[in-house]
Amino acid sequence: MANFFRQLIIFFCAMLLGGFAQAEESIVVSSTTSTEQSGLFGYILPRFEAKTGIKVKVVALGTGQALDTGRRGDADVVFVHDRPAEDKFVAEGWGVDRRDVMYNDFVIVGPKADASKVKGTNDVVEGFRRMAAGSAPFVSRGDKSGTNSAELRFWKDANIDPKAWADYKEAGAGMGPTLNMAAAMGGYTLSDRGTWLSFKNRQDLEIVLAGDKRLFNPYGVMLVNPAKHPHVKKEAGMKFIDWITSRDGQETIAAYKINGEQLFFPSAKN
Amino acid sequence: MFPIQLSNIRFTPDGRTVLTGVDLDIDAEGITVIIGPNGAGKTVLLRIMAGLQTPHDGAINWNGDDNPATGIAMVFQHPVLLRSSVFHNAGLGLKPFGLSRAEAKRRTLQTLERVGLAHRAEDSARLLSGGERQRLALARAWAMRPQLLLLDEPTAALDPSATDVVEGIVREIRTDGTRIVMTTHNLGQAMRISDDIVFLANGRVIERAPTSRFFARPQSNEAKLFIQGELPWRISFDN
Amino acid sequence: MLNTLLEAFSLLSRLDSQVVAIVWLSFKVALATVTLATLIGLPFGALVAVASFPGRGAVTVFLNAMMGLPSVVVGVIVYLILSRSGPFGDMGLLYSPTAMVMAQTVLVVPLIAALTRQIVEDAWRTYATEFRSMHFSLRHSVAALLYDCRYSLVVAVLAGAGRSLSEVGAVMIVGGNIEGYTRVMTTAIALETAKGDLPLSLALGMVLLTLVLLLNTGAYHLRLWAMRKYG
Repeated sequence: MANFFRQLIIFFCAMLLGGFAQAEESIVVSSTTSTEQSGLFGYILPRFEAKTGIKVKVVALGTGQALDTGRRGDADVVFVHDRPAEDKFVAEGWGVDRRDVMYNDFVIVGPKADASKVKGTNDVVEGFRRMAAGSAPFVSRGDKSGTNSAELRFWKDANIDPKAWADYKEAGAGMGPTLNMAAAMGGYTLSDRGTWLSFKNRQDLEIVLAGDKRLFNPYGVMLVNPAKHPHVKKEAGMKFIDWITSRDGQETIAAYKINGEQLFFPSAKN
Repeated sequence: MFPIQLSNIRFTPDGRTVLTGVDLDIDAEGITVIIGPNGAGKTVLLRIMAGLQTPHDGAINWNGDDNPATGIAMVFQHPVLLRSSVFHNAGLGLKPFGLSRAEAKRRTLQTLERVGLAHRAEDSARLLSGGERQRLALARAWAMRPQLLLLDEPTAALDPSATDVVEGIVREIRTDGTRIVMTTHNLGQAMRISDDIVFLANGRVIERAPTSRFFARPQSNEAKLFIQGELPWRISFDN
Repeated sequence: MLNTLLEAFSLLSRLDSQVVAIVWLSFKVALATVTLATLIGLPFGALVAVASFPGRGAVTVFLNAMMGLPSVVVGVIVYLILSRSGPFGDMGLLYSPTAMVMAQTVLVVPLIAALTRQIVEDAWRTYATEFRSMHFSLRHSVAALLYDCRYSLVVAVLAGAGRSLSEVGAVMIVGGNIEGYTRVMTTAIALETAKGDLPLSLALGMVLLTLVLLLNTGAYHLRLWAMRKYG
């Protein structure tokens, strides 16, 4: 009996040490919930991994957190969508070689009945004004993500302080949970189109405003500065950046569709 | 270790007198039985000898031996057995001895053989009958080859035939060279088994005498009354 | 609600390899966590039960309090320790199953230790004098008590396994929910819920529940068997 237990323990230890070992080369990409939850990575990464043999481990966070992760050196590559924050990240020396990758757009999503009459305008700032004037709640990400900072810019453009408004709800969560909340509350929210298209629990929600140029949502990719964090896998990371901005990578991005609808539009300058 | 000398032992927990002014010499051989009414302090005296309880006053001298602990074993009135096999329980007392696995096994099996439990070695200890449990507890203590074995009411809850078996084992342990000090309520047992008697009442040693003399001619009034009270049939026989 | 449930069942009936891999990783992480936490928690809990030392009461209270430790807090602390900018950053363990096992071990050790202390302390009351009469050292007492309580301690270990399997906060933070690498059942459920894919969440939830139920059924029968065998 004692012997059996001893063997069991040895087996466990061996499994613990060996079972999780990963032989292949890999990089950590800290990215946003919108790219992960829209299913884009699931579609494009197998192609990159097959080509290079480099396994890409995506940690999906809000843009702010994703940049922080890079700042701490816990990722090799950062792939986010908040241009001012990205520029700051590079200017402070945390990231190098930032490149445009693609864009999609934000959409305002709200209940079909559209009590706040957002459908009547194509101007996003006007849409925000109408939501603030209406009685339906607005659900904000409230998580310092790229979507969140875009939303806050629109409130600012509309000269509205949303925090002074009782029906302004901060979810403090990713895009999906925020959409779940909006659906449950019959409220409005700002979403990236990708997450919206792949989101399944829509209930009564639909797009109430889209197409304004200001809703343009660009994604950038950059390497975490190896000078700051020497362990960063520079070569493998650059291979990923090179590929995703290459013709092949860009075509793969363009080919990703949900229900025949393209989610992301390549924008790399080759 | 022997003679063990207890001098002027006082045990008074919370001001209640359990033992007071107890002097006792235990020499190297034989079986001593401590008798006395309930609450006389018999069990406490055994526990003090086992080193499980520290007296509030007085001293124990082990003939200059500083730490005789491993030479002493004790079997309690209600021995607690582990939830495991008879064999495992019988060998439990050997753990601190640092014997080799083979030697411990040999000794354990040998002892089980001698108490007549070898055929039940693989059975579960907690499913044994009362008599078998007591025999197992004796085996556990015996396997330690103690110089002094303390037994607290070893047959208190047993029927006559089981008592008989246990007494046989106790005699055999004595023959093996182990000094035995035990308590009992069973005066017949005390007569059958002991070489001398310590009569304890109200926390004091009232009388200490060879067994035959104690029962034939108790010196103290307390002892006379105790023997009469416990064994009226015996007194009427003798007179 | 009913539709979601029906869809969940149909999803379960055609479990794909990805789901199997997620379940398998959950199982491996839980097994490693529980093994480690048992090796630490059982002796530690028993030691606290048996040994007398200054501050024993404080340790007991601490252990009991730590049973309710929020997993997110543990996640953040382990994250900061394992982060490249943290003290153990050069080991590069963040976002790996090893990190998940470490964080969960921190969570599960107090749980197993506290339950062990309770179980062993009760047994110790019964055996203390007997063991002293056999001149047992602390080590012998702990070993004998752990052995004696082995079937009750299965419950403590099982509680640890349950916590490990169902915990999401810590593994999400230190594992990163990386697909095919650190995605376990709970983080997958969180992700699918976030995506609004409620049937898939529910399906995974049912797998999780089934696994925990199976584990407990096994333990229940083990105890019944032990009671019959050892009394």
